[in-house]
Amino acid sequence: MFVTPPASPATEPVFTRLLTSALFAGAAAGLIIALLQLFFVQPVLLHAELYEGGELVHFGSDSNVTATPELPGFDAVRDGLSIVFTMLIYSGYAMVLVALMSLAETRGAAINARTGLIWGVAGFVAVHLAPGFTLAPEVPGVAAADVYERQVWWFATVLTAAIAMWLIAFSRNWAGWGAAVVLLLAPHVIGAPEPEVFTGPVPTEIGALFASRALGIGLAAWVMLGAFAGFFWSRESEAAGQTQTA
Amino acid sequence: MTAKTATAAQTTSASGLVSVIAIAALGLGVIFVAGHVQAATLHDAAHDVRHATGFPCH
Repeated sequence: MFVTPPASPATEPVFTRLLTSALFAGAAAGLIIALLQLFFVQPVLLHAELYEGGELVHFGSDSNVTATPELPGFDAVRDGLSIVFTMLIYSGYAMVLVALMSLAETRGAAINARTGLIWGVAGFVAVHLAPGFTLAPEVPGVAAADVYERQVWWFATVLTAAIAMWLIAFSRNWAGWGAAVVLLLAPHVIGAPEPEVFTGPVPTEIGALFASRALGIGLAAWVMLGAFAGFFWSRESEAAGQTQTA
Repeated sequence: MTAKTATAAQTTSASGLVSVIAIAALGLGVIFVAGHVQAATLHDAAHDVRHATGFPCH
């Protein structure tokens, strides 16, 4: 049964417009990011797993292991799941982002694809750079502290960094900016849960490349997500505004 | 509905704020389930993405 959709988004409630913008932005950015990750990050991860599983060992007196081993190729199920989950995660981020954008808009901020770029950079700082500054994106097979403790630290750091980004953008006085600096520094001064001993078998070269790639793709992801979210939200708002004034 | 007697602006801002909170909560829920819940099936399915996205994993 096909029903003609409403003629204009204005007849849709705010929730539907927020959800529509977020899903379009999240799906578009997520798909591009998933492909970038598969091309640039996944081979590094698969390489690390050869050491994690013990197929390659690089320490010892005869450490002459090839740096370019044969890696497993595209795996339809495994990589398909990665694409689905990347799109899910970025749709989740897009929902939070569009919610904050609409909140800022009611306070006078201009939201469009261009300003969305700045929102994207701020989002990257909040969810990638701030936690990654102390808990670097980790390749499989590295030594790390208890996952639950790291998750608590991760969420706390992302939350404080996100509040700091908001304060930097929308404060009009030094008290707000000062609070932002404190919020940005505090998680790193306090410190993240660290492993007690280093036991990771993965070469440092692979770990370093993985962290760089993860952060680089993270920046690309968030710049796109911000621009797409700004674009779709402004388009939905524009359509709603036109009908209200008509 | 009594809401119809309110002005358009009031209706928009009140339902708007509820919607904003709802969509943000939904988004956080999606991120939590897809990125952080440690249940074995979820963890295995999302494993590569969690690493590539810089989430704490394992």
